[in-house]
Amino acid sequence: MIEVQNVIKSFDGKTILHDVSCKFYTGKTNLIIGQSGSGKTVLMKSIVGLVNPEHGHILFDGRDVMTMDARSRKELRKEIGMLFQGSALFDSETVLGNVMFPLVMFSDMTQAEMRDRALFCLERVNLKGADRKYPAELSGGMQKRVAIARAIALNPKYLFCDEPNSGLDPRTSILIDELLSDITHEYNMTTIINTHDMNSVLGIGENIVFLNKGHLEWIGTSNDIYCSDNKALTDFVFATRLFQGVREYKLAQSSGSSSCK
Amino acid sequence: MRDLGLYCTLMGKVLSVPDRWREFFKRTINEIYKLGIDSIPLVIIISVFIGAVITIQMQLNITSPLLPAYAVGLTTREIILLEFSSSILCLILAGKVGSNIASEIGTMRVTEQIDALDIMGVNSANFLILPKVIGFLLIIPVLVILSMGTSIMGGYAIAYFTDMISVSKFTYGLQAFFNPWYVWYSLIKGLVFSVIITSTSSFFGYYVKGGALEVGKASTRAVVNSSILILFFDVILTKLLLQ
Repeated sequence: MIEVQNVIKSFDGKTILHDVSCKFYTGKTNLIIGQSGSGKTVLMKSIVGLVNPEHGHILFDGRDVMTMDARSRKELRKEIGMLFQGSALFDSETVLGNVMFPLVMFSDMTQAEMRDRALFCLERVNLKGADRKYPAELSGGMQKRVAIARAIALNPKYLFCDEPNSGLDPRTSILIDELLSDITHEYNMTTIINTHDMNSVLGIGENIVFLNKGHLEWIGTSNDIYCSDNKALTDFVFATRLFQGVREYKLAQSSGSSSCK
Repeated sequence: MRDLGLYCTLMGKVLSVPDRWREFFKRTINEIYKLGIDSIPLVIIISVFIGAVITIQMQLNITSPLLPAYAVGLTTREIILLEFSSSILCLILAGKVGSNIASEIGTMRVTEQIDALDIMGVNSANFLILPKVIGFLLIIPVLVILSMGTSIMGGYAIAYFTDMISVSKFTYGLQAFFNPWYVWYSLIKGLVFSVIITSTSSFFGYYVKGGALEVGKASTRAVVNSSILILFFDVILTKLLLQ
């Protein structure tokens, strides 16, 4: 579990995160949602250590990164996998080279073992046979899957995904969501996904953190969203007619049942 | 001053022990090839032509009854050894190698590849920059010596193919009053300039913020600043090594 306690972060005197506290659970797909500029990316970057908050604590299974020495922090990073918005694959390496990279840097495996592990990860993300290609030869969805394979190569305990569906068509987005959800449950990881995609929110959100103008506004599951009376949340999630229709349908279905009580 | 502080911080990270020596050696060999071996055609072309031009200029400008005929060969050699094959060559390489390094690292920064390395726990500065610094440092003496040889060949070609100066007098001039220290002086300058080019260009690439436009600007700043630093250190090294 990852615990964020009273985190405050400012840039050039402007506070981006106002005393944010929340928990992200192991074995669940945890989502951070919010409008552009709400502080989602800053919160995620604070958790992974790319940004240093001015105040607060971030605990990875009880280990506080804010008070950790550099060596312990480096060790912790080996337990973290991250999927970036633009995939961040190394252009000069093949797909196999990209997936093998964390193994080359941090494992004591032989070359053959590393190759087998990388091929296994590629097979897990349904990219068998693409190992000799270069990132530029792949579609956006395939690049995302290679990045997922690279992120899980070292069997991380924590997986972070920054807008994994951006720039993908709806069908590929669903495939990526399903893959992230499956991997999370299969390897019992603490997965945190930063997203704008409402399909992801309603489809795989087991623990959703909603940020509004840098403040923690709401926490719940995808089912809780339908029943929520938080205006900022419902305005954000059900902004389109399509999702308004989905909500009305869900509420009609749940009337008489106890799910919204 | 802020940039100087950032540069020193970056160099502190660069000059640490590599996470994996095997990977470091592999990347260093790759950089030797990419930054050095790939520059050989450019070095040869520029050196041959500049060597030829220096010989012609010397012949046209310093011919005098008061000077011996071999002075053309001698001055050509001194210009090549003292200034062209180290300083001017490195200024040219600052354009080629410097822009290459700044744009490569800058693109890695804006496409979050450096963030990906940091998240994995890799010392990105050390992993990306140290092989470039060491690789170029190892190959620069080869480029400087190659430049000296091909420049002199360019001058020799003028003596051989034209009637501006006799081959024997030019060859005598090349050998007259030879001071081997000038070769070492040139090599030392080359080594210092190679570190300036790679570290300065890496610095501008590593701290890029924004997108493609900023990568282009960083590339330009890398070349301009490397060139200025080369000229500045040229003065200091000349004062220290030749006086």
